[in-house]
Amino acid sequence: MLKLYETELSSRLLLGTARYPSPAVLSEAVRRSGAGIVTVSLRRETSGGKAGGAFFELIRNLGVRILPNTAGCHSASEAILTAKMAREVFGTNWIKLEVIGHHDSLQPDVFELVEAARILTDEGFSVFPYTTDDLIVAEKLLAAGCRVLMPWCAPIGSAAGPRNPSALTAMRAAFPDIPLIVDAGLGRPSHAATVMELGYDAVLLNTAVANAGDPPAMAEAFAKATDAGRLAYLAGMLEPRDMAVPSTPVIGKAVFS
Amino acid sequence: MSLFLVKGAGVAGLAVAYELLRRGEDVDIVDYQDTVGQGASFFAGGMLAPYCEREAAEEVVLTLGLDAADWWDQVVPGAVIRNGTLVVTQPRDITDLTRFASRTTGHVWLDRNEITDLEPSLSGRFEKALFFENEAHLDPRRALTGLAKTIRNLGGLFHLGWGPSPKKNYTAVLDCTGPAAIPHIPGLRGVRGEMLYLETGEVTLSRPVRMLHPRHPIYVVPRDDHRFMVGATMIETEDDGPISARSLMELLNAAYALHPAFGEARVVETGVGIRPAFADNFPRVVETGDGLAIAGMYRHGFLLAPAMAKQAAIRLSNGAALREEMIA
Repeated sequence: MLKLYETELSSRLLLGTARYPSPAVLSEAVRRSGAGIVTVSLRRETSGGKAGGAFFELIRNLGVRILPNTAGCHSASEAILTAKMAREVFGTNWIKLEVIGHHDSLQPDVFELVEAARILTDEGFSVFPYTTDDLIVAEKLLAAGCRVLMPWCAPIGSAAGPRNPSALTAMRAAFPDIPLIVDAGLGRPSHAATVMELGYDAVLLNTAVANAGDPPAMAEAFAKATDAGRLAYLAGMLEPRDMAVPSTPVIGKAVFS
Repeated sequence: MSLFLVKGAGVAGLAVAYELLRRGEDVDIVDYQDTVGQGASFFAGGMLAPYCEREAAEEVVLTLGLDAADWWDQVVPGAVIRNGTLVVTQPRDITDLTRFASRTTGHVWLDRNEITDLEPSLSGRFEKALFFENEAHLDPRRALTGLAKTIRNLGGLFHLGWGPSPKKNYTAVLDCTGPAAIPHIPGLRGVRGEMLYLETGEVTLSRPVRMLHPRHPIYVVPRDDHRFMVGATMIETEDDGPISARSLMELLNAAYALHPAFGEARVVETGVGIRPAFADNFPRVVETGDGLAIAGMYRHGFLLAPAMAKQAAIRLSNGAALREEMIA
C-alpha cells in the first residue's frame, strides 16, 4: 500500500481539480478515478485574499484527502504564504509545493523550491515538492526534510508523456525508499502505465483528465492504466531482446546455429 | 390575466418579463439599481455562440441556445450582428485548436488567406482558424436597454432604484436576481469574471474572436466606437472586488498577442461580475416559496435567457390559468 507521510492510501492516482467543465464533472471524475487525494490550487481560485468558499466546500465534500498546492507562485516567500493560507483554509499540513521559475514554460525554480521546502518543513508542513528529474535537487529536497518527491516527466500541461525515461529510471534507482510520484506531463493512460512500470509509486494528473472529451471516463482509464503499470512492475516484466524466442521448443530444427 | 412580479432587471428578468407580457400577462419589474442591466449582465460578452460553448458544456446548451439569436433579433430589432465567431490560437498552441474543433460542430477551417478576407486586421497573424459561421453577437448594454423599451411598450411597469416595493396582489414572484440569489437558492455558487474595455482605431474586427490558450483563453468582442470588450477570467470565488493586477496583466497580454496594436489601446473600463452557477454550470427554473426563480445562468446569460424565460413563463401562465379554473 502507498504510504505518504504516515498516511496509507489504496489508490495510486492523485487528481488535480482545475479546469474541469463544471464542478459536477469534477466530482464524477474524482469518483470514477478512485483517487484518494485531490490537489487544489489556492491561488488560482483566490481573489483579493478571499478564497473560493463554495468551490472549496465542494472539494471538501468529495470525501477524499485534500493536498493544497501553491500553483502560480514564483518565489519561495509567495509559496510559503500560500501554504500557510492553505493550512488555514483546509486544515491540513500537507502542501504540494510548486515554485514556478518561468510563467511561460512553467519550469520549476528548483533553487527557490529547496529554500521553501526547508522553511515549510521546519514549520511543520509535510511537503510534496514538484521538481525536475535532477538527482542533486532531489537530494537537497530530502535534506530539507521532504519525504516524498514529485518529479515531472514533461512540462506541465504538455501531455507529452515521459520524455526522459532513463532519468526517471535513474531517480527510482537512486531513491529506492522514497515515494516517487510523477507529477506533470502525462497525456494519456499509456504514459501513466509506463512510469508505473518503471517503479514509480503514483501519478498525479490534471489537464489530461480535465480537458478530455469525457473527463470521468478518462479518469477511470487512467486509474486502470496506473493499476496495470503497478501490477506489471510487481509481477516482474521481461526485458526486451533482439531475437525471437519460441515459446514452445522447436523440435527437429538446428538450434544455436 | 394575472399579475407577476419580476425581481431583477438583468438579462433573465427582462427576458421572462417579455415572455409573460407576450402571453398576455401583466408584469411589474423591480430592481434596486436605477437602470436596467447593471448586474452581471453589464459585464457580459454578449456572444450568441452555442456551437463554441459546446466545447466545455453539455449538448443542451447548444440545443437551447440555437434560437437565441432569432429571439434577440425579434425582441430588439437590429441588435443582433450575425457575423459568426473566429477562433484562433498562437502557433505553439495549435493542438488546442484541433481539440476545440473535435469538440464542436458548425465550423469550417480557414487558412491564412481566408482569415485575411474575413478579418483584414488579423492578416498574416494566424495560419489557421476555425470559423463558426452561424453564430452571432450583440452589445449587452444596448440590447437590455432596447428590451426594456419593448417591455414598456407592451405595458410592463418598472420600479427602479431604492424605494418601497409596489404593494400589489401578485399571482407569483419571479426571482431573477442573479448572484444576489446565491444565499437563498441551495447549490448556487458564484464564479468571478473579470473583463476590460479597450479603445483603439488601429484594429477593426467584425465578429468576436476567441484566442485559445492552455491557461489564459480570451475573447475579444468588437463594439461600436472602436471599443473592444476583452474577457473574461473564471475564478471560483464570490469576491466582487476590483480586477486583480494579475488578471489585468493576463487579459492584456493575451489581447496584445492577438494584435500588437492593442498594446497602444486605451483601457477605458475594467469590470468584475459574479456569475451565479449550479454545480453543473447549467441554469434552472426552480420553485421558491412565492413563485419561481431563474437561477444559475453562469456564463450563458444572453445565450440561454430566452429558453429559460420561455420555460418559466409557460409554467407560470399554465399555473395561473389552472388556479383561475379552480377558483371558478
